[in-house]
Amino acid sequence: MAADSEREGEDFVSFGTPLEPLEEDEPLKKPVPIYEQTVVDEKGRYQRFHGAFTGGFSAGYFNTVGSKEGWAPSTFKSSRQSKAEQQKAEQQKARPEDFMDEEDFGEHGIAPSEITRSAAFQSGHRDSASEKARAVNAQSSLIPGDTLLEQIIAPAKSSIGVELLKKMGWREGQGVGPRVKRKPKKQKTEGGPRVYGCAIIPIGSEGSEEEDDDEFVPENVTFAPKDVTPVDFTPRLGLQGLGYRGLDPGLALGQGSQHINLFDPHFDSKGKLFGGKQKQRRHKGVAGQGFGVGALEDEDEDIYLRDSMSRYDTEIKDEEPTDGLFGWTAPQEYSKKKDSNKDAAYIGKILEGFTLAQKPEAEKTSFPPPRLPRDYRPVRRFNPGTFVAHVSGVSPALAHALKTSRGHMVKDEPQTSRHQLDSGQRRTLIGEEALEGPSSVLDLLKPADRERLKYIRNSKAGLQAQPPKDSSSQSALRPPRPVTPPTISVSQREQDQALSAWKGQTPTQTFKPFEKNPEKQERYEQYVGRLSQGDKDALERSLEPEMTEWERSREREEFVRASILYRPSSSFLSSRFTRGKQQEDDDTVEVNVDEQGDVDDKQAAVNMKMFGQLTRETFDWHPEKLLCKRFNVPDPYPGSSLVGLPKVKRDKYSVFNFLTVTESRETSAPPPPKALEVKKSRWDVSQEMKDSDALSEMLSDARNQSSETDPDQSGTQDQTLALPAPDTKDQRSSSRTETKEKSKKESDSDSSDSDSDSDSDSDSEAEEETRPPMDVFKAIFSSSSDEKSSSESEAEEEQKKDEQERGHITHTLFNVSAAPPSEATPSEPTPTAAATQNTAPTASQTEEQESFGPKLPPPSSTLSVSSRGPLPPSLDEKPKKSKDKKHKSKKDHKHKKEKRKKKQKKHKHKGKQKKIKKEESSSDSDSEETAQISTEELLRRLKTVRSQCPL
Amino acid sequence: MAFPAPKPEDPQLPQVLLRSVDCQQGAVRAVRFNVDGNYFLSCGADKSLKLWSVTRGNLLKTYSGHGYEVLDADSSFDNSQLCSCSSDKTVILWDVASGQVTRKLRGHAGKVNCVQFNEEATVMLSGSIDGSVRCWDTRSRKQEPIQILDEARDSISSLKVAQHELLTGCVDGRVRRYDLRMGQLHVDFISSPITCVCFSADGQCTLSSSLDSTLRLLDKSTGELLGEYKGHQMKGYKLDCCLSSKDTHVLSCSEDGHVYCWDLVEGSLALKLPVGKAVVQSMSFHPSECLLLTAMEGRVQLWSNQSEATEETMDTDT
Repeated sequence: MAADSEREGEDFVSFGTPLEPLEEDEPLKKPVPIYEQTVVDEKGRYQRFHGAFTGGFSAGYFNTVGSKEGWAPSTFKSSRQSKAEQQKAEQQKARPEDFMDEEDFGEHGIAPSEITRSAAFQSGHRDSASEKARAVNAQSSLIPGDTLLEQIIAPAKSSIGVELLKKMGWREGQGVGPRVKRKPKKQKTEGGPRVYGCAIIPIGSEGSEEEDDDEFVPENVTFAPKDVTPVDFTPRLGLQGLGYRGLDPGLALGQGSQHINLFDPHFDSKGKLFGGKQKQRRHKGVAGQGFGVGALEDEDEDIYLRDSMSRYDTEIKDEEPTDGLFGWTAPQEYSKKKDSNKDAAYIGKILEGFTLAQKPEAEKTSFPPPRLPRDYRPVRRFNPGTFVAHVSGVSPALAHALKTSRGHMVKDEPQTSRHQLDSGQRRTLIGEEALEGPSSVLDLLKPADRERLKYIRNSKAGLQAQPPKDSSSQSALRPPRPVTPPTISVSQREQDQALSAWKGQTPTQTFKPFEKNPEKQERYEQYVGRLSQGDKDALERSLEPEMTEWERSREREEFVRASILYRPSSSFLSSRFTRGKQQEDDDTVEVNVDEQGDVDDKQAAVNMKMFGQLTRETFDWHPEKLLCKRFNVPDPYPGSSLVGLPKVKRDKYSVFNFLTVTESRETSAPPPPKALEVKKSRWDVSQEMKDSDALSEMLSDARNQSSETDPDQSGTQDQTLALPAPDTKDQRSSSRTETKEKSKKESDSDSSDSDSDSDSDSDSEAEEETRPPMDVFKAIFSSSSDEKSSSESEAEEEQKKDEQERGHITHTLFNVSAAPPSEATPSEPTPTAAATQNTAPTASQTEEQESFGPKLPPPSSTLSVSSRGPLPPSLDEKPKKSKDKKHKSKKDHKHKKEKRKKKQKKHKHKGKQKKIKKEESSSDSDSEETAQISTEELLRRLKTVRSQCPL
Repeated sequence: MAFPAPKPEDPQLPQVLLRSVDCQQGAVRAVRFNVDGNYFLSCGADKSLKLWSVTRGNLLKTYSGHGYEVLDADSSFDNSQLCSCSSDKTVILWDVASGQVTRKLRGHAGKVNCVQFNEEATVMLSGSIDGSVRCWDTRSRKQEPIQILDEARDSISSLKVAQHELLTGCVDGRVRRYDLRMGQLHVDFISSPITCVCFSADGQCTLSSSLDSTLRLLDKSTGELLGEYKGHQMKGYKLDCCLSSKDTHVLSCSEDGHVYCWDLVEGSLALKLPVGKAVVQSMSFHPSECLLLTAMEGRVQLWSNQSEATEETMDTDT
């Protein structure tokens, strides 16, 4: 051990490498929550879950829909191969597409990937024809220069077909086809009626031209066919009508010096785009300008244009006789057109402004309606059984139809509509079975509540202020039934209720309400059986005829009540609830077996110090298997799965379940007259012990009388026996005021040797006295602490007497200062200890009052009031003393002598006669009436025990 | 009989102060010898647990990890592990050498008053103010106790284990003895709140101290009262009591700053050892020798029956 002690300061031997210190508090790694998880594509870029333009919601397994993996998360794939490829790929040049988002390749992206002509089939030339077509259409577009924009952005390129044509000798501006003989100058775009939509402008009207021009044309000169403008099928975007064209900015911007022919309806701004090939003519209407036009109206172009008269013809020339109107502005006559005239020739006259259709209209085929049979009547025949009886609320038209078809209408029932039928009536109509259970909510209510409800309803409806009679009120709901005899006091409604509850139920009922009276029970069963058969007169028939009227009425009432009360639960709630698997016995509750014992008896036994049989309880206790294993003990109950104490059933609503030990005792004790009682807990036990109940007192008295150990003691017992009432009363009153005081009093009575007279004296004294000056305490306390240091035997004697005094005074003290009752938690340290020893500072006391159980001592007494007078052998002195024992003993002797002198002096001063006890230990015994066993007796018992069971 | 002559000095009683150690950890809530008595543990109010050498009185290690004042501690039979309990509702199993927390066990609903290893240190038993005793397995890493003994109806103030028996003292005034081998629970009603319970060394008796300032020695098998020891003050505080190593004496702390020592059989006060002026909170009797540890406020005192010189020689002998 010495060797150990030399080494133990420094080194611990450790074997092996220590494991990582276990961080107990460290939480486990949490999985990343969904909202923090991210999805990246194969290039490691974040994928948006919620693209505003391309979808809007995530789909699949964490947005995997649309990805390569689809709905399933990808499985493991070795990346070794791909790494090698990646290295190879990195040597190649990265394309811009690698850095582009996938959205960019989409329809709205900056690089849409569509099917296009490859570069091999694209010519570098501009497709002037399509360009022109676009330009022509741009004239009609709302935004003037948007073709320019198109040209800048995407230069139109001529196709491979154009290239081929050029190779074949075609030139731009020419038409396609065999060369024709004609004069190119005379070419005129006279298209006849303008056609919109899909009709193609007839290509070339050579014949008419030839007809018109009788000029000389050299025979060997051929001309290329006239070029045609391809129709650009641009969709209409605006809301304007057909033929609408927007502003032409070209007109507004200085191209106005054109000659305007007022009479040419074919003037078209489009025409000028065909260069010099066409006449520059313009329809220039002044109409509308003076009135102001809307921004989108088409006659708007000349607002800022100055019209010069030079642009107008000053005379009517004969240059255009073609229209043959000679100045009339009527709609143009199309008689000129040869073909149309031809067509009209054999059909008939054509309306002005109309032309013949090119295609004949598709003929509509119409089918005649089927022929009705002769005896047809437009009436549906219903099943006569179900229908006619209760049809109501049919529409008048239908009724009329019925009448006419059948010759007569079924007479209407008093009910007007099927919505006014109640559910029962509807049920009978369709022939359904009645639902099990109460027919209305009212049946679930108590009769009293029902009455009240009905009353409220009636009074609200303004019918009668008086509470309605049962039979009358329910007749509204139920079909009328035979009038009940007036002698029946049981309400018809209750009977009905019972009937409805029992109807259809098998009368195998378990509950027998009249078990004590077999005949009655039999009658009741009969009644129930009839009820279950739906017999309305079950009650009357099941009663004994030879009974008196009073008996009958009484039994009637009882039966109905019982049948309602114990109606089969299946009918009551079967349609709404399912039955519990196991019947709950709601009268009992499971408690541990150890709660059964009677505390009072035990308390009495403890007071008598009859430990053993009376205070011991033994239960079967089932330890956990693992616990037995850990303790190296075989499982005492190998087959049992129970753990802990077995439970016993006990009355659930017993008051004793909710009472603690002290509370139960309090209930046994007479209630204090005043409610000044402080909160008590189990901690009051030691104090409450004195509030001995009658039983323990009697027991103790009996025991003491029988034992008769000591005449002295029996004398005191007699005394207590003679006046038990004032004693307990006294104690009760004191306990009423303060528990603190009680504890005080206990210590008080400890010393006062069960002298109840002195107790009461001190009580009255305390009430009269005011708080004594502090000097008294000081003197007493210091002297008491002096006494502590004296030798044991002496100290005990002194202590005893001292306690008497101290108790006396502290009693008064606490009577005075016992004002705040909330402070008086029973677990408070005994005031004697605190006050006399000066150990516990009051601050720490209040601090610790919050905790339960025996408290921990205050951490330090340095804050406490320093005790006065010579201290008991303190710690400082101790080391010195331990060095020399003899010296110490001498010192002690000296000390003792001093003490003795002091004490004697004090005794004289106090003038109290002290009785010296014969035995030291008896001085410690408390004053409890019941705890009167002397030390000798204890010893004797101990010895007998020892002898009986040799250890 | 005016003044009875002082008793002849009983050499078997520790009354010589060998050492007084200032633990510097606030109030010492409990002081405990280890199994062989070479070391002792002091549980401080400053959340620390300290390991000391008995013979030299020096600090060996400080174990910190509790969240509130440490209330009780115990050491395993092989000195490899310590367990301690605290007001922070936890029980901690420590590794002695490294000072690390091996296991921190939560589950009690209130402060844990007492903790004890079983004989083989396979189970830790802790009693709490919540009225339950929990049996923690030191072998497994489960955080749940093996079993919860919730028969008590008030705070468990003290708890002792001997072989296959578990003794608990409860504030509801009952001493409960769980016999694992027999599968039985014996409840002895004492009526006053129990502050401390002990087994006698021979395992035949139980000692219980209660707040009515009485120690009672009960026969373990029948529950009969074998002896009653009074004279000290124990009325509000949870103070320790113990039996001497050879079951000759009964010792108890007192609120008046003394340690009272009674003769077990006679019931007479054999020694009233003045420790100081404050409350003697805790004490521990050496498992084999006549050494007594007491704790008062922040200091721990070591008492022996002989002076230091002889003690030294005795040490070298052993």
